[in-house]
Amino acid sequence: MQYSDKVLDHFMNPRNMGEIEDATTSGTVGNPVCGDIMKMDLKIVDNVIVDAKFMTFGCGSAIATSSMSTELIIGKTTDEALDLTNKVVAEALDGLPPIKMHCSVLAEQAVKKALETYYLREGIMTPERAKKFAILGQCEHDDHDQDNCACSDA
Amino acid sequence: MNITFEERMRESINRPRIYFDHAATTAPRAEVIDVVAKILREDFGNPSSFYNEGHRAARLLEDARTTIASCLDVLPEEIFFTSCGTESDNWAIKGAAYARQGKGRHLITTTIEHHAVLHSMEALEREGFEITYLDVDHRGMLDSEKVRDAIRDDTILVSVMMANNEIGTILPIKEIGAICREAGVLFHSDGVQALGAIPVHPQELNTDMMSFSGHKLYAPKGIGLMYKRKGARINSLIDGGAQEKRQRGGTENVAYSAALAKALEMSLADMEHESRRQMVLRDRLIRGVIERIPHTKLNGHATERLPNNANFSFEFIEGESILLFLDKLGYACSSGSACTSASLDPSHVLLAIGLPAEIAHGSLRVTLGIDTTDEDIDSFLFDLPLVIERLRNMSPLYSDYRRGKLQPLIPEEGSLDLKIDGSYGWPS
Repeated sequence: MQYSDKVLDHFMNPRNMGEIEDATTSGTVGNPVCGDIMKMDLKIVDNVIVDAKFMTFGCGSAIATSSMSTELIIGKTTDEALDLTNKVVAEALDGLPPIKMHCSVLAEQAVKKALETYYLREGIMTPERAKKFAILGQCEHDDHDQDNCACSDA
Repeated sequence: MNITFEERMRESINRPRIYFDHAATTAPRAEVIDVVAKILREDFGNPSSFYNEGHRAARLLEDARTTIASCLDVLPEEIFFTSCGTESDNWAIKGAAYARQGKGRHLITTTIEHHAVLHSMEALEREGFEITYLDVDHRGMLDSEKVRDAIRDDTILVSVMMANNEIGTILPIKEIGAICREAGVLFHSDGVQALGAIPVHPQELNTDMMSFSGHKLYAPKGIGLMYKRKGARINSLIDGGAQEKRQRGGTENVAYSAALAKALEMSLADMEHESRRQMVLRDRLIRGVIERIPHTKLNGHATERLPNNANFSFEFIEGESILLFLDKLGYACSSGSACTSASLDPSHVLLAIGLPAEIAHGSLRVTLGIDTTDEDIDSFLFDLPLVIERLRNMSPLYSDYRRGKLQPLIPEEGSLDLKIDGSYGWPS
């Protein structure tokens, strides 16, 4: 199994790593038992994501997908950021080894978790938007025992 | 510290790489490569052929067998060449089970065996055999009395490894062998990691069968050994010609058999000195890592361990990312993290010694060899803390810990012998 140069670059030189002290919203997904946790802080002004920072406990692709996700959503409106999918993240990194695709799911979940909290708190969740959060109910670890996997409950 | 991580990273391109994964495989010795090349060039004959070329090849093969037998203090007819350690484990376990199923269908092993043993056992389980998996303690040590208690009237085989490949713990094989002998049960031991590193005498150890591999002791991959005590009857797995006393078919790998004999001879010739040398390096590495990096524990037994093995858990971070940075800095190491394997579960050995998954994920195995120098250890002790610090600074768990939101499982001062109770209790 080998990573693309882009994955390695984002792993070695992660973009937007850290925390936002006055974050508008933040989302944490994953579970230390499964071996990965992502925390995504967003600063939102007038429904535009002006800053995003992440912290990740996990493997190379977990760190690289977190880093890439922040690059993909900064400057976007919250609704535009909702269209971020794990496939987009993986493609932006020139692909991930199949066994590592779940890391990109985690990155998508982290962004959506933060946005869900934001929409609910601001009272602007619509049925249309709610549909986009379906992924939060899913376990990204296909080959885990789903009952014992609390990946998306964190 | 004046030199930054980035500077070390840039410099690393000009430094020779440091190989710290001798438990995975070793580079064949120059003398061993010469043996292989000479035989491939000059003696290509089939040992079964009835003419000069065949006789010469047969002689080389039997010479190799005799050399190995004398290294192990056993009879040449008790040595069988196989393709690898995995084949030997499969043969010993399945061969014994099939040969003795009339007497019973119960086998005993441990939870920390190599997959070659565990998956052979699981295959037998699917065929209706019953397997008892004995637990080890937090150091990976097995109480031999547990074997005595587990033996039943229908027990036909006990298989316990001599030394563990991940955490390096050396198990009390001789005592276990004596218990099996007393009970009249066949005893197999996987000696793949032990041979060449510590004294291995199958008879003294009361074993009936032992598995070994060439490429862990500076011979090539593709050659293994099975010691089978004269009189221990098991079924064959590979049917074919009359090779290996009709017990393992297939044209013999003469060049690699001779290579294994040469490698074993050379390893044993300086084993006493070399294992003492590696032990000094190992202990300096272990002390250095635990002193320099907070919240770090040694995995495996502090003293009853292979001379070349160190295995650590670093709290708050994940193993594959440690390996990636180390690789970029010029080091080859291994990890029990899920992400370095094809599954998403951490190493069964680390879980078996009671590590919670979140700690098992952050493990690193460093295994030394004949090419390891003092300078390699110095350089590693400089670089590893930089890697761990960098990854901890990215970790939300470490951030939580710094803010007092997470109780650490490994104390700041670290430990050589820590039994971890509990876990983070996620999700809280």
